[in-house]
Amino acid sequence: MNDVIAEIRKDYIYGLAKRSERADGRALDEYRPIQVEVGLIDKAEGSARVKIGNTQILVGVKLQPGEPFADAPDTGVIITNVELVPLASPSFEPGPPNENAIELARVVDRGVRESGAIDLSQLTLPDGKVWIVFIDVHVLDHDGNLIDASALGALAALVNAKKPSERYGYGPDEALPIKEYPIAVTAVDLDGEIMLDPSLDEETIASSRLTVISGLQGTLAGMQKSGTGTLSTEEIARIVKLASSKAMQIREEFFGGSTDG
Amino acid sequence: MEFMKNGKRIDDRLPNELRPIKFEVGALERADGSCYVEHGGNKVIAAVYGPRAVHPRHLQEANRAIIRYRYNMASFSVEERKRPGPDRRSVEISKVSREAIDPVIIKEFYPRSTIDIFVEILQADAGTRSAGINAASVALADAGVPMRGLISSCAVGKVDETVVLDLVKEEDNYGQADMPIAMDVRTGEVTLLQMDGHLTLDEFEQALELGKIGCASIAEMQREALIQKYRGEENE
Repeated sequence: MNDVIAEIRKDYIYGLAKRSERADGRALDEYRPIQVEVGLIDKAEGSARVKIGNTQILVGVKLQPGEPFADAPDTGVIITNVELVPLASPSFEPGPPNENAIELARVVDRGVRESGAIDLSQLTLPDGKVWIVFIDVHVLDHDGNLIDASALGALAALVNAKKPSERYGYGPDEALPIKEYPIAVTAVDLDGEIMLDPSLDEETIASSRLTVISGLQGTLAGMQKSGTGTLSTEEIARIVKLASSKAMQIREEFFGGSTDG
Repeated sequence: MEFMKNGKRIDDRLPNELRPIKFEVGALERADGSCYVEHGGNKVIAAVYGPRAVHPRHLQEANRAIIRYRYNMASFSVEERKRPGPDRRSVEISKVSREAIDPVIIKEFYPRSTIDIFVEILQADAGTRSAGINAASVALADAGVPMRGLISSCAVGKVDETVVLDLVKEEDNYGQADMPIAMDVRTGEVTLLQMDGHLTLDEFEQALELGKIGCASIAEMQREALIQKYRGEENE
């Protein structure tokens, strides 16, 4: 259904793009209003709700002692999962995660893992076990750009998280060791115009999108092109540059205090 | 474990007292109707889609809409991480919850369609099925689905030989009985009744009476939440 509407609006949105405008009046590099709230779920070790416009996701972080991987006995384990529950969109259906949910989970995971957001070497436990960090993303309202919302929510929930050491008899609870703040910025290209934070309509009609995840120094930690469309190397270079500077702004706004110390 | 002390419960409530409850109508944008509920430590959100086309088509009924209800717990909603996806417990709860709500929906208005109800438990603290049903009922009204009434639900139980309303986690886990009920308060018709534990016939009658009172209070809150949301629109 939504696909049909987006198809009808295609001409309109492309027409606007030619004049560097967007249907909701935003500038091309402008995000919808972002809201981050942390600590809503007492049962989770860390949690965050992120709204980007009408898109809404909830992330819960749980920690449990478990066995490390045989090839990395001295490092903690990260497991990222995304549930595209049918409550969030008329196009989501019940059932095991489909390819979109798995791609989303893997991109969020890549940002956290490859940037070194968590110092995994500090997740060892005295009895040879390590902390298993579960990052569970629950999508509540899908109005486009789930990747940026989920990645931001994952980071905010990790920053909010405490190791539940006391419950498992390992001494007092401690904050998770966070040493990098990866921010995902997603862009679509409509007729040569690059738009950040695509709305659902923009995302649906764009033939491809590119997500760029970058860290504190602007270094890249992960990327994902998605969709059957093509991007030229020049377009890619433009998006990467734009995304990395936008990531700086978002990081400053939501993690400014923590990254200084 | 000692549950009753000087007539008060472990969270300082009286035996006939509900936990604090909050309804937020229309919490989601994409759904046709939605409702967020906080009921003590429970945080629950319900969304309604429909009436809409049925997929797969062989499920459709020629003379009425079908109702589908999915109760799902977020993996971070409980102390020990829950594996995502349905388990036997959530399949049973989905079934009895659907049957609790089904009787008040005027299904004959929408042949060959489905009304889908999705309930997500974001945080669980005993009584999630009741909180889900309360949220779903309001979400249906928010979606404009024609109904004969609102369904309201709460649990009653027994701890330390005392019949109590609206159990918390500890009372549920270690108490003597747990009995969730749901009803259309206006007609007095009971649409869900489950019980596990031990009750004498007298205690059962007491519990049912207490449950009715609890449901009546909740029905008033549901009504009030809906009026709050739609009163403004009426005046415009």
